[in-house]
Amino acid sequence: MLNDLAIRLRQNVGLATAVLLFAALYLLYNLAHPKGFSPAVLVQNGDEIFALAMLAMAQTVPVLTSGLDLSVGAVMTMVGCFASYLLTGAAGGTPLHLDVLGLHLGLGTFPDGVGGILLGTIVCLAIGTLAGFINGCVVVYGRIQPIIATLATGAVYIGIALFLRPTPGGKIDEDLNWAMTNSLGDFASTLHIFDDGAAGWFAPFAWIPVPFALLVLIALVVWVPFRRSVLGRAVYAVGSAEGAAYMSGLPIERAKMAAFTLAGFFAGCGGLFLAIQTSSGNADIPQAGAYTLNSIASVVIGGTSLLGGTGSAIGSIFGAMILRVISFFFRIFDIAPLLQPLFEGLILLAAVSIGALGVLRVRNTLELFR
Amino acid sequence: MTTMLLRLSRDDRPILIAALFILVILVAGTAYTVAHFGSAPLLSPTYLLQQLQIGAFLGIVAAGMMIVILIAQIDLSVPWTLAAAAMMATSIGGPLAIPTGLGIGLLVGLVNGIGVAYLRVPSMIFTLGVNAVMRGLMVAHTGGYAPQTAATELMKTLAAERTLGIPNALFVWAAVSVVVAIILQRTPLGRYIYAIGNKEAAAYLAGVDTRRVTVICFALCGVAAALAGVLLAGYSTKAYQGMGDAYLLPSIAAVVIGGTNILGGRGRYLGTLIGVVLIVLLNSVLSIMDMPEAGRQVIYGLVIILMLLVYGRGERVTS
Repeated sequence: MLNDLAIRLRQNVGLATAVLLFAALYLLYNLAHPKGFSPAVLVQNGDEIFALAMLAMAQTVPVLTSGLDLSVGAVMTMVGCFASYLLTGAAGGTPLHLDVLGLHLGLGTFPDGVGGILLGTIVCLAIGTLAGFINGCVVVYGRIQPIIATLATGAVYIGIALFLRPTPGGKIDEDLNWAMTNSLGDFASTLHIFDDGAAGWFAPFAWIPVPFALLVLIALVVWVPFRRSVLGRAVYAVGSAEGAAYMSGLPIERAKMAAFTLAGFFAGCGGLFLAIQTSSGNADIPQAGAYTLNSIASVVIGGTSLLGGTGSAIGSIFGAMILRVISFFFRIFDIAPLLQPLFEGLILLAAVSIGALGVLRVRNTLELFR
Repeated sequence: MTTMLLRLSRDDRPILIAALFILVILVAGTAYTVAHFGSAPLLSPTYLLQQLQIGAFLGIVAAGMMIVILIAQIDLSVPWTLAAAAMMATSIGGPLAIPTGLGIGLLVGLVNGIGVAYLRVPSMIFTLGVNAVMRGLMVAHTGGYAPQTAATELMKTLAAERTLGIPNALFVWAAVSVVVAIILQRTPLGRYIYAIGNKEAAAYLAGVDTRRVTVICFALCGVAAALAGVLLAGYSTKAYQGMGDAYLLPSIAAVVIGGTNILGGRGRYLGTLIGVVLIVLLNSVLSIMDMPEAGRQVIYGLVIILMLLVYGRGERVTS
């Protein structure tokens, strides 16, 4: 039993390190913060963490197949731009039209009310998933290297986002914004469920921020079942030895397809939340690039190997949270804003270099090349 | 036609197809301008030289990037290596400006190389961190504003002026190209680079100091990015924040469109040259057409996918 636990720990040493590091950093942050350990701080942090955490999950799945998805930031941006049209919550519905090549095409009215918001959410997530599916098709059937294929599709998605929102704008339903970016109690009172959030049994959970609850929900409902499915195992197998996976009769093509599609779905969730949080759509190219690169950093810090085959999306969530908490520190420790990018870079370099100290223990130089 | 394409070696086919695609771009662009403005600026040597002058900066970055991609690594620190070299060169000024800029590039390249080769951190993440550090250093140095210092006369001469009607930047690009082509094809270092890209363990067993070669490759890439930065500062008479951001992805795209395998070990320098010309001409045709940024991005992405579907397809792993 104890032996079993030790083996499991050794297999997940990356994840365990990330969790411990996050716990230590976050404890320190709350101790140093004047309003530490309060629900208000927790809610604020949750809002700032969620989009990056979703993108880190999105990046993890292709990385596990030893691929890479450079389009996650672009998918996020594109879905956010769609959301700023579909989730306005305007009374009487939102009229949609398409102006292309001088033509003005009316696309009917998008419904309003709760039904409209539900439909809009589903459409947005479907767009993200579709983008991921297209990535998968280009990689699997086009047989183009993932890194360059997603670089190209990412440009296309950013183009679509720019077409939708040449300048930042749009609007998100205020109730939706309020419900999603606060605590579960506020969520319940906005939706008028559980006696407006005052139900006795609900009280112990009411302080939890919605983004954290969503994160746990998505991890448990989407990631864990996928990880345990045949397809999920195939994703890991493809990443550790594609040839062996092929010889074992695993569905390689379907696994890669699923990996990129799932990445699109996760990135779509991130984009949807970012749009809801900022209450607008913004085709910001530098922001998309920064999110993509930070998602790769989160994956590595969370203990997933860029070579594929080992790691998990849960670790990446903690990787993303570590990256974000580090930037929270700048706020409370009053570090000059001009020095912040420098510290971010140095911490990232230090983190990956410490992780690389294992090379000093290698006895046979050949083990370095794999 | 098809048989001719098939008879070419698998490294030459992409180069020929990319060259044909350049012709397609020129013909389509000219047809558009003749129909709309009644003139054909794309075919005038002056216009082409001007476009290639702008392309020279991308070409120099791509030359360095190609070396790193050939050993199956990547350098994401190019944007801020370029900007840092430009900023330090302008702030030092005088005769030491250009050596300082190139020195910065060399230094960044060495750090990248040591991290990737000796610490064995994946280049994708290590160079990303170095890029963030360089950005941080430059933001701290300049206070986040565009630096007030100006480029030296020599930098301006090299980047913006012409000799015998040909922009000097083209001469610099040509010189870099000759050096890189000779390194890749005529020196042991070049052989080592291709060998490492194909299988580092095999190259190591064959007696190549693969780690030292990796460091050299990153150093060359850093110097190339720095040179592009110094020239770009000369061209626009000063350095500015984010001046390198527009060079990272196009340089990777140019290398890959030119037929270099992103997994390393295969590709010719001529292909990278053609890839750069293709991207530069595509950009200039799109700007003549007054294409909004949205359309540009979409076309840009589709062209990369299309070109790779024609000749960049990998083989199925079956064993």
